Amino acid sequence: MEKTKIKDLTDEEYLHHGSLACAGCGALLAFRHALKALGPNTITINSTGCMAVIMQMGVPKVPHFHVLFENGPAVMSGVEQALDIMGTRGDTNLLVVAGDGGTADIGMGSLSGAVERGHDFIYLCYDNESYMNTGGQRSGTTPFGAATTTTPVGSVVKGESRPMEMRKDVPEIMIAHGAPYVATASIGYPLDLIDKMKKAATVRGPSYVHVFASCPAGWRSDAKDSVKLAKLAVQTGLIRLFEYENGERTFQHVPKQRKPIKEYLELQGRFKHLLDDEEALKELEQYVERRSQS
Amino acid sequence: MGLEKHEKFIKKASSTLVFEPGWSEDNLTGAWRSERPEVDQEKCTNCDICWLVCPDACVKREGDRIEIDLKYCKGCGICAEECPVKAIIMLREESD
Repeated sequence: MEKTKIKDLTDEEYLHHGSLACAGCGALLAFRHALKALGPNTITINSTGCMAVIMQMGVPKVPHFHVLFENGPAVMSGVEQALDIMGTRGDTNLLVVAGDGGTADIGMGSLSGAVERGHDFIYLCYDNESYMNTGGQRSGTTPFGAATTTTPVGSVVKGESRPMEMRKDVPEIMIAHGAPYVATASIGYPLDLIDKMKKAATVRGPSYVHVFASCPAGWRSDAKDSVKLAKLAVQTGLIRLFEYENGERTFQHVPKQRKPIKEYLELQGRFKHLLDDEEALKELEQYVERRSQS
Repeated sequence: MGLEKHEKFIKKASSTLVFEPGWSEDNLTGAWRSERPEVDQEKCTNCDICWLVCPDACVKREGDRIEIDLKYCKGCGICAEECPVKAIIMLREESD
């Protein structure tokens, strides 16, 4: 598939202005580009999360349903079946949007079921690494060392203590389900995200796109650094961008020379305590090293 | 926002119903801003990266020019940070 260029992209926006997203919201940027890639012939279902709040007041210009935290993919299965039975599916894209809490923790069961049954839809998870809508509690994808409201920094435990390998790697879980198309993307590389959404739309069967989206409010970072952080996460090797199709995995934007992890950590308040903690920094660096060899 | 319009907005916002498509546009988020982006059209190379990375779609590509919709721009400053030639600078909003 040909790579999208900025000049080819449509000026048409599928979201109205005036949404309640924080300044510098990464998830909104991910959703904006996902809709740009899929076009107006899209039905979106939104599991509860930040995005459901942001989409209040009629923000989307495409059909949009706000459903419970746990049943986004289940409702989408029903929508897909109904369109099939009525014979009106055509080339309508079906998109489920959920955060990492709604995907890795609460919605895991219904996502697993919908993918296993093989419904034809696209699942977009914007991963900001905790439950940001409710004030920043830890989730299944919170990284090692991150301070959240339920893993605060104290004198004994400093932030999230579970090692990086043990967090829920949802793309790998989806690959294990046999989903025909699984990809990871980052809002730091919007054109790559658009390419992956376009590809997901052409694949028959469930496709899963995991988007790394920064959150200035929860990460306690500067709003202007949102896109920079999403890029740095890839450049330091903490996040890997890949596409999995037909049993083959291809990597995108692999850094030739990995940047020091400190560059990524020092911009965020949630990792402030790690900067002078040599042991934790070493642990993170070893994780990146170990994973780059797999 | 005028007082009458503000009252209308509060009345609508206190309900979760969608009264009409896109009525969020009554919510002038430009009021949230503490810094305003200013484009130096001379320096601008029309690479459109600012347009690509604005979460709120407030950057408009108009021919060879970049225009910023200050009615809704929340002033996050991503455009200024990501501009490869530093043609956008953030200026402090003067208080009324």
